[in-house]
Formats: sequence, C-alpha cells, structure tokens
Amino acid sequence: MRGRNLTRSLVTTREKGMKPDTHAPAKDDSRRDFLAKATAIACGGLATLVPVAAGVCTFLDPLRRTSAAATFLPVTDLSAIPDDGVPRQFAIVAERVDAWTGFPREPIGAVYLRRQKGSQEVEALTATCPHAGCFIDLEPGSRSFRCPCHNSSFTLDGGIVEPSPSPRPMDSLECRVGENGQVAVKWGTFRAGIAEKVAGT
Amino acid sequence: MKTHDSSPRHGIIKRFGNFLDDRTGWRALLHEALFERVPGGARWRYVWGSTLVFAFMTQVVTGLFLWASYSASGQTAWESVWYIQHEMAGGWLLRGIHHFMAQAMVILLALHLLQVVIDGAYKAPREVNFWLGLVLMMLVLGMALTGYLLPWDQKGYWATRVATNLAGIVPFVGPQLQQLILGGPDYGHHTLTRFFALHAGFLPATLVLFLVVHLALFRRHGLHAKQPITKPDGMFWPDQLLKDAVAMLAVMAVILGVILVPAVRTMLAGGDVATGELGAELGAPADPSQPYAAARPEWYFLFLFQFLKVFEGWGATGEFLGAIVVPGLVMGVMFLMPILGNWKLGHRFNVAFTLGLFAGVAMLTGLALDEDYAALWTDKSKLAEATRLLEETDGDEEKLLAAVGGDAKKASAIARQFPEVEKLRRSEAFLAAARAARADAERAAELAGRPERIPPGGALELVRNDPLSQGPRLFAQHCASCHSYVDPSSSDAGANVAKASAPNLHGFGTAAWVTGLLDPAQVAGPAYFGNTAHKDGDMVSFVKDDLQDADIWKPADIEAVIAAMAAEAGRGESKTPPATIAHGRDLIASDERCGACHRFGDNDTDLGTACDLTGWGSREWLVGIITNPAHERFYGDSNDRMPSFGKAVEGGIPPLTDEQIGLLADWLRGTWYRP
Repeated sequence: MRGRNLTRSLVTTREKGMKPDTHAPAKDDSRRDFLAKATAIACGGLATLVPVAAGVCTFLDPLRRTSAAATFLPVTDLSAIPDDGVPRQFAIVAERVDAWTGFPREPIGAVYLRRQKGSQEVEALTATCPHAGCFIDLEPGSRSFRCPCHNSSFTLDGGIVEPSPSPRPMDSLECRVGENGQVAVKWGTFRAGIAEKVAGT
Repeated sequence: MKTHDSSPRHGIIKRFGNFLDDRTGWRALLHEALFERVPGGARWRYVWGSTLVFAFMTQVVTGLFLWASYSASGQTAWESVWYIQHEMAGGWLLRGIHHFMAQAMVILLALHLLQVVIDGAYKAPREVNFWLGLVLMMLVLGMALTGYLLPWDQKGYWATRVATNLAGIVPFVGPQLQQLILGGPDYGHHTLTRFFALHAGFLPATLVLFLVVHLALFRRHGLHAKQPITKPDGMFWPDQLLKDAVAMLAVMAVILGVILVPAVRTMLAGGDVATGELGAELGAPADPSQPYAAARPEWYFLFLFQFLKVFEGWGATGEFLGAIVVPGLVMGVMFLMPILGNWKLGHRFNVAFTLGLFAGVAMLTGLALDEDYAALWTDKSKLAEATRLLEETDGDEEKLLAAVGGDAKKASAIARQFPEVEKLRRSEAFLAAARAARADAERAAELAGRPERIPPGGALELVRNDPLSQGPRLFAQHCASCHSYVDPSSSDAGANVAKASAPNLHGFGTAAWVTGLLDPAQVAGPAYFGNTAHKDGDMVSFVKDDLQDADIWKPADIEAVIAAMAAEAGRGESKTPPATIAHGRDLIASDERCGACHRFGDNDTDLGTACDLTGWGSREWLVGIITNPAHERFYGDSNDRMPSFGKAVEGGIPPLTDEQIGLLADWLRGTWYRP
C-alpha cells in the first residue's frame, strides 16, 4: 500500500513539473542490498518462528501419550456365561483418564464372551469392529455378528463372513478364568482398517 | 494532491465523508468493489459464488454467537448445546440456521462448481482461481466434518469414529495422524477441543485467506461471461447484485422453511410447538460403551460411506482404495482440469467427468438411502414366504429344497429372494435403531431439563442412572432369556409371552398383575408359573382349588387381598378404601389363608416355604429377589433357575452391580423421572 502511494505521489510530482524528490532512496550497491534483505528475512522469520514453534510443540503433545498397556481386567463370573456357545455381551469397566479428568470406574468398552457346552474355557472377542471401529451387534437370534455401520458380518467365533468390508476377523482377547470362577480379559484396542491385528486405537 | 471542498455549503455527512476519503480513499475502494462490468448483462447463473459468500458469512455470524454459548469438553459439550437448543431464547433458531446453512453450502458449492466447469470458467487465465476454488471446497467440507462432532452426541461421536479411523489407514503416518486428530490415544476432551479449534479457528481463517485471494483474482480476470453474448453489458452494482441478493434471500427462506415447517404442521394439527424440537437435532450424549446402530455420516458424506461398501471382500486393500486412493484420484483429476481443458476434447472431458462424478455421487447416495429405508417402501407381503423360509432353513439349500417339497424351481426362485429379505431385515434393523436413537435423544433432553439440572459429571451420568433408559437394556441382557416383559393388551402378547420360560414381569406389582396370578385360568399359564418348575407347585393348586371355594374365599376377600398386595408394592396411589386394604392385609397374614405358607409382617409363619410377602413388589423386595432369589425370604431351596444377580462367589464379581439391580427394580416398578 505504502509503495503504491509513494509511486503515485512521485508520478504526480513529476507530472506537475516540480523538482525531483530529494528524499528518494539512493541507488545502493547490491551487496548492502542483499545483506539488508537477508537480515530482514532472518530477523522476521526468527521472530515468527518462536510463537509457531511453541504452538506446534503443544499441538504435537498427543503423540507422546500412549494408551495404557493391555492388562487383565476382571469382567464377570463364569456362572454368568451360560455354556450354550452363544456369545454374551459384557461391559469392560475400568478406571479411565481423559486428559485432566479421572474416572474411577467407567465402562470403557465391551466384549463378547462365550462358553461351549460343558467347557470351563471362555472365548473373548472385542465388540469393536476391526473395519472402522463401530460397535458390533449380535444378530437377532444370535446366529452371527453384524456391524451396523458397513454390514461387516462375522461368525460366532469371530470369523469373517464374505463378502465383508472388514479386512480381518473380529479381534480375540486373551481370557483367564480364576479359581473362584472370576473371568478376566486382557483388554486392549487394535488399529482399525488394516489386515493385521496391531495394538493401538 | 486534490482535496475535497470542505466549505459549509455541503451537509455534515457529506463533509465527514470527504474528510474520510481524503485520508483513506474509501470512495475509490467502494467504486472498485461495486462498479464492475458484467459482460452481456446480469444473469441468474452467476449468483452461486455470491450466495456461497453469503452462506459463509451466515456461518461466521451464527457460529460466533454459538461460540459465545458453547463449551468444548467431554462433560460440557452436549450439555451446553442442549442448553442452547432448549433453554436459550432463540437458541433453536440460531443452531437451526447454522446446521442447515452448512448443508445448503454443500449444495451451493456443487452448483458453483458445476456452473464453472460447464461454462469453461476454469480455463486460462483463470486456472489458479479454479485451484483456489477447489481448496475452498475442501475447507468447507472439512468444516462440515469437524462441526458434526461438536455437539458430542451419539450421532456425531460414532460417525466421527469412522472418519478418524479412516485417517488411521493413511500410509506411513496414519496412526500418528489419527492420534494428532484425536488429541491422544482415545476420544475425549482433546478430540473436542481440537475439532473445535479446527472448525472455528484454523479452517475458517484459512478459508478467509483463500477467499480473499479467490475474489481478488476473480476481479482481476473479470467475470467469465457465458457465450454468446447477446445483451448489452450490465454493472455488478446494482444489476448483478440485485439478482445475487434475491438468491441470498431465497436461500435464507429455504433454510427458515426447513426449520419452521414442522412447527407449522404441528400448529395446523392443533398441537403445541416445543421450540427445542425445532431445527437441528441433538442426539443422546456420546457414550463409548453404548452401541449406536444408527451411525451414519451427514447426508452429503453418505456417498463416501456407501462407496466403502463397493469394496466388500477386498479387505484392507479395498478400504485403502475406497477411502483414500479413489477420492484422491478424483481430486487429482479435478486439479488437472484447467490443464486438460487446453486439449482439443479437454473441455468436453471435464464436463463429462464432472457430470459423471455428480451422477455417481447421486447414485451412491440414493443406494445408501435405499438400503437404510427400503423397509418403508418394500412390499413385505411379496417376501413373506421367503422371509419365513429363510428363518426356517437359515439359507441352507438342502433344507430349503425339503421345505418347499422338493420343487427345485420354486426353491431357486425363493433363494433368489433371499438377498431382498436380508436387505429388508437390515433396513428394519436400521429403522428400529434410528427410532431407538430418537427415543434416547428425547429422554436425554427430558432428563437434562429436570429442575435439579445436569450434575457436574455431565448428562451421561443422568442417562446411565435413568431406569427408563437402562432398565430395558439390562432386562434384555440379563432377564429376557427367561422372562417376558409384554403388555398383555398388546396385539401379539400371547405369542411373545408363550415363548418365555419365566413369568411376564410387565406391570409387576400392580393389582392387574396380582389379579392374573390369582386367576385359575392364568396361574399355570406362560405369563405366570406355566413354564417354570412351580407349574405343579402349591401356589398353582391353591389358586385352582382352595381359592375357588366361595364359602371361604368370597370375591370381596380376593379383591381385598389383591388391593393389599398392590398396596404393599406401592406403585402409585390406590383408590381402594383403606379399610379394604387393611382387611386384605389381615387375610394375607392369617395362618388360615395366605399366611399358612407365606410370612407376612409379624405372623408366625416360618421363612423358607414360600416368599415373604411383607413389602411384596416394593423396591427393597425386588432388589432383594434379584440379588439372591435363593434367599430364604424368597424361593429358598425351591428356587427354579433364577441366578443370584447380586451375589458372587468369594472374591468373584456378581453379574450385576447394586446400582444396576436398583435400576432394574425401579424400571420394573415404573419409577423414573417424568417431566
């Protein structure tokens, strides 16, 4: 803006035949010119860099945060899982920290547990869809699983029913039955949308 | 330098204008802004750009005012939006305009793009401006995507989960990118603060920057006139601006219409309009532990959602292709359009590509809608047989052949209908989920509106402690495998009750329920003891024999007992005279009547033979029986199959917590907050 006004006023002075502006910058040698430009850019750039760096640093902070390592969490009693091979849904309740808020006991996810006839072993599948992270439902009649988002279907043991948008079967979780019948599940989350089961969100 | 005449001949306004112009040159600026030639005169087809600017300005204005009342955090986002929507004066209108103008912007963007491509306005020297336009388009879509999450309701939460999970499959940096977007390893406060910063800060600021350059370049090149020019040139002000302004008003009228039509309809039907229900909807508060089967993106992203389904069976490759490669390629072609346009057939290709793209998007959107809403327009009677056979045979070919009596032709005709049936089923499931979501949303809003207001822990706490919301879920999960909960007056009550292997608990604790229990025709039926081990028990024979002896049990006595039982349960006010209830209580306690088996109050009957009827059906009684039905107060050793939901072996975990049992008891008793 200033430059343009300046040019305009120069032109008008010339047109009106007045004497040339004695305040016009002298023609400098290119070395001084270059130094001035370089220093200006360096100073200005440096000054700008400080707030940007501070901002970016804080913005990248989430990369330092990792989800808690998978641990065994008590879920229910063996008696609550009928031995009929039909999965039952259970909430995973644990303490949860969301940035500055700490929840002492919160449902943080869900698992499907099932037990075969007469067996003391429990199979555990996470209810989170390996496709895009939606919540997998048990179909009415409990014959298969289906994700309501993109219709990924799974058999009762978590296998893919083709064709399916899901790249892998439902994620199984390690499961432990204690002496007193307490069922504990090694709770963890896995990356969605890839063929391998990799821990992460 | 030329200065204005500031003599007092002119009015004060004129003189002030001159004063300012001398120092700022505003007249020249205004002139530059308004006096633009429009080759061939003003036209309606040029209004899209201006209406887009208008739409954006509307979003800035409404957005800033929304910002003044919004609070981005896990415990306050939904709550503050609820407050804007339901409590603040005109909040529903403000939110409604912001919500629907965002959708209008997407439509206007599409029209603007279409007009630019068809008119060839992207060609030299306007290439850079076309690219700027594409960047602006992506910024607008980015703002739409980030805005969807901000109310932190179930709808936004689950839709965003899908979107951010897709970010995670970007090659090399996916997981890190996802973590940066989420603000940590999981969804929470920082997801909201980041989305809000993007939605109201980074993206609009960038958009303004690009918009300024876009408009400056537009002015530099002048309007790209539609050929051939037949009419004389017009001026931007007022010729084109008049048309623009009319279009802006029309857009606003449509938005207001969308917001207000439901209200007008309600008023015409003679109902009361609740302004909180108008405009943008607000789902139930986001709950990561609560499935949301109605999860869908906003309608303008439905095509992308549907596109992912195209790659069914491709696994991770399909996901990558559908979510990243193909959209990337499409954007790539669009960026190349100005260059492609230089070739002989380039322009035709560009127009065909754009039209094809729009047709594809429209088709995918239609398919997505059809899949979800098919049940609304499918003729179910035509599929009735196939539906039944699919249920019976589970799609097994041999079983199907047997079921149709070996008629191979018929079997294959039926099998061909199976995909239709599956589609119908999915659609019905979606519609049911959408209805449930609406009910949850209404309930959450109702709870938030209690005089006690929302607790510091947020609205989710309210929903999780609400018997009406949680009761049916807990019942379905823990009780419904044996018990039914069916209103006896509903049309298919009989069949649904017959399926259950334990009593129907609908209306438990009411006089009607007890009346059924003491009815010889019902006591051994499926609604009571019919499908249990007590089918041939003492109670059934008592009702069938003893109770029928009119010499001992006068009808008035039975009614008194029923009234007394209902009074014990204490569900609502009773109209029965207190004397009758007192008489009933005496009969229950008497060791010649009910008291022969049942403990009641301080009668001397031993526990363990039959249920203690003291406080029968009260909250305390119900909590007790759900916690441990095998307790001597209840069924003791004769307990049939009912598990002890509140009791666990030493060191174990009971199936239900005390809070959950309380919620179930309250729900069964019909005790919950009503506005």
